[in-house]
Amino acid sequence: MENWQTQKKYIKTFNNEECALYTHNLSVFYGGTVQKLFDVSLGFKKNTITALIGASGSGKSTFLRSLNRLNDRVARVDGNIMFHELDINQKKINVYELRKAIGMVFQKPNPFPKSIKENITYALKANGEQDKAKLNQLVEESLRAAALWDEVKDKLDQSALALSGGQQQRLCIARAIALKPEVLLLDEPASALDPVSTAKLEDTLKQLRSKYTMIMVTHNMQQASRISDYTAFFHLGHALEYDTTTNVFTNPQGKITEKYIQGSFG
Amino acid sequence: MNSKKVDRIATGVIYLLVAIVILILVGILGNILIAGVPHLSWHFLTSASSSFEAGGGIRDQLFNSLYLLVLTLVISLPIALGAAIYLAEYAQDTWVTRLIRTTIEILSSLPSIVVGLFGYLLFVVQFGLGFSIIAGALALTFFNLPILTSNIEQAINGVPQTQREAGWALGLSNWKTIRGIVLPAALPGIITGVILSAGRVFGEAAALIYTAGQSGSTVDYSNWNMFSPTSFLNVMRPAETLAVHIWKVNTEGIIPDVNLVSAATSALLVIVVIIFNFGARFLGNWLYKHLTAAKVK
Amino acid sequence: MSKHEQDLQKVVDQAIAQQKVPHVKFKKIGPESVDIARLTSQSKETRQERWGKGLTSLAIVLIAILIAAIIGFVGFHGLATFVNDKVNIFHFLFTSSWNPSAGKNHVGAAAMIVTSFAVTLLAALLATPFAISIALFMTEYESGKQTRLLQSVMELLVGIPSVVYGFLGLTVIVPVIRTIFGGTGFGILAATLILFVMVLPTITSLTVDAFKAVPKDLRQSSAALGATRWQTIYHVVLRAARPRILTAIIFGMARAFGEALAVQMVIGNAVLMPYNLVSPAATLTSQLTSQMGNTVMGTLPNNALWSLALLLLIMSLVFNFLVRLIGKKR
Repeated sequence: MENWQTQKKYIKTFNNEECALYTHNLSVFYGGTVQKLFDVSLGFKKNTITALIGASGSGKSTFLRSLNRLNDRVARVDGNIMFHELDINQKKINVYELRKAIGMVFQKPNPFPKSIKENITYALKANGEQDKAKLNQLVEESLRAAALWDEVKDKLDQSALALSGGQQQRLCIARAIALKPEVLLLDEPASALDPVSTAKLEDTLKQLRSKYTMIMVTHNMQQASRISDYTAFFHLGHALEYDTTTNVFTNPQGKITEKYIQGSFG
Repeated sequence: MNSKKVDRIATGVIYLLVAIVILILVGILGNILIAGVPHLSWHFLTSASSSFEAGGGIRDQLFNSLYLLVLTLVISLPIALGAAIYLAEYAQDTWVTRLIRTTIEILSSLPSIVVGLFGYLLFVVQFGLGFSIIAGALALTFFNLPILTSNIEQAINGVPQTQREAGWALGLSNWKTIRGIVLPAALPGIITGVILSAGRVFGEAAALIYTAGQSGSTVDYSNWNMFSPTSFLNVMRPAETLAVHIWKVNTEGIIPDVNLVSAATSALLVIVVIIFNFGARFLGNWLYKHLTAAKVK
Repeated sequence: MSKHEQDLQKVVDQAIAQQKVPHVKFKKIGPESVDIARLTSQSKETRQERWGKGLTSLAIVLIAILIAAIIGFVGFHGLATFVNDKVNIFHFLFTSSWNPSAGKNHVGAAAMIVTSFAVTLLAALLATPFAISIALFMTEYESGKQTRLLQSVMELLVGIPSVVYGFLGLTVIVPVIRTIFGGTGFGILAATLILFVMVLPTITSLTVDAFKAVPKDLRQSSAALGATRWQTIYHVVLRAARPRILTAIIFGMARAFGEALAVQMVIGNAVLMPYNLVSPAATLTSQLTSQMGNTVMGTLPNNALWSLALLLLIMSLVFNFLVRLIGKKR
């Protein structure tokens, strides 16, 4: 029986220049002693979608949330996260500026209980943008980019909570895009959505690929295979396999990966 | 005896005890309201109290109670809000935090007479303020702080974590997230908590008898100069509240209509507290619905 | 892909086709290259963060100072009796001759201590069966309307100010006791009855929480074994909730022990060792309430009163400690 200790790791590597973001020996500890993530080193190529797959508790979400320092409050993160040749996993890094450059969309749509427009302008205003015309333009552009504009353009002043779950999630994407980030982190963005909304969301993500580097955690193997360029397989806190999505799904190198992929496809 | 029979007896006993408690409440409320409400006339509410004759009112006591309540909330709300935000949003689970939580619990379980006596010692004696509204308001603040802090903390904790993460992920500072996103969402709960604590403050007497004092000075309701000794707004004058008035006339008073005055004042206190209790819940629910309603406009 | 999944996919595809997902070409918005300097320098957000954390910490520090001041001040004045006036602490705790103006050999608080504990224990003893019954009624027997009604009853009982309870005691309970037992009607019995109503909501609401915390499946498995409702309650629910019920009772006792005005109005205010439940007596709180205004700061009679206040404070800490102890054991 093969386990993670005996399975060799098959990790594809890129040149540092090709990557929008890469990690080196990233480890995460909860409560000081419980290690959730073990020396993960992965590079994320510019303008691609990378899917992070693996069973629950495999550490993929923990990994994702470390990339924009969202784990700071709850865990200790060791190792390096390189972004523009700068290690962003340091104390002196201004995490607020960092999070504007690395946007995130969460599992459950979490629009603010404000109007659709305010959902997008809130962070922009907090950033000091006061010009109304500019704000309106950003609202429209980001909603267009998230393929939501046509559905909501007549009700921008209505509460975002009145939107459907899928629309809310695309609003969250628009909200993130409005800050013009380079990288988008997506934490199971479709898990709370129905199939139709999921398909729309995937469509949106595919369109965004030409401009953004996206890293997406997903439970849904078909989704990973449909829209991602690269796939990383996580198991018990270790990244075991990382390659093009085609390779991982059709020709997995490790036994565990193979089993997971077969099992999940049923 | 078989188990079915025991079950029936137990059920009977439980229902009986519940009925007794309801009867007690009905008795209490009935007693207060029936004895007090007929005497609650406009004249009673708007005339000055008398120290030895019948027919006195509660004008000054009513105003003092309201004034003290407002002052207390003005002082305690910012502190409680700050402390609640710290505990809910900033505090890590360290021994310092645990110690602070313990101290707040201790403060909340301190007998109000002890809090009042501390206020007496510090403000009335040490700072030489004498029996005064400000000393009373500060004592009530101490009395109010722990309960208000924990009410607000609960309201803040009720806001889903996903809302905070949304703010953080947009590069907002924690403080901006709290102010702009968490607090507005927690507002209904905060308001309910404030009103509930206000009801408690309004009826409190033990913390006041040695701080705000047990007698009132003559006040002039047309004198708006806060620093004039006769002004109704002067915070340095001694002031008797409704609750203290009830205690005072019953323990030391010599007015012949003590029972009438007490009953009417009690009725007023209870009515106000009932309004506060139900008002808090009603307003909280209404705000909650209003703020989370699907349509904003 | 199974047949079912294929069908599902077809439905989805159709739905998407019908909804015509707009394939908008967007040109304008896109990523902006990050300014590295900004990642390593301070910004508005860091300043906001410092400001917010500072402001809220200040509030916490204020509260902490306040507690320290209360304990410090009351402790300082309360200990003066023993330090400055050389009253023997055992004398203070275990003798009952209370006339501090007559000198240090007449500072015995035992009568008040005994009375305070008596009213507290009796009120808790009386209230607990009622509280448990109401809590059972609300969690195990009824739901919806009846529960909400009782909830309101309890909230009203909490809301009634303590002087109003005192006034009711004075005008209703004391005369009734006087008629039945003779004497003045003032005393431990009257105080107990008033405190019973006052601590009932406290104990009830915490007991309700205790019952709600008992897992549903425990009850279901008990019922599945053929137990009657009472058997389930007695053997499962009450047993599982026992530590928390105990906590509830202690909270109620803390409230009873510290209640001042309502008790002071009906207890009779005579510092005597109580020999029955209907003789006038005095508790720590009642003595403080009625005498603090009659003594001069710094004199022995005044210091002796502060010692009573210190005793109250210490008991409040003890109740807190007990609650914690039970919480830890659980």
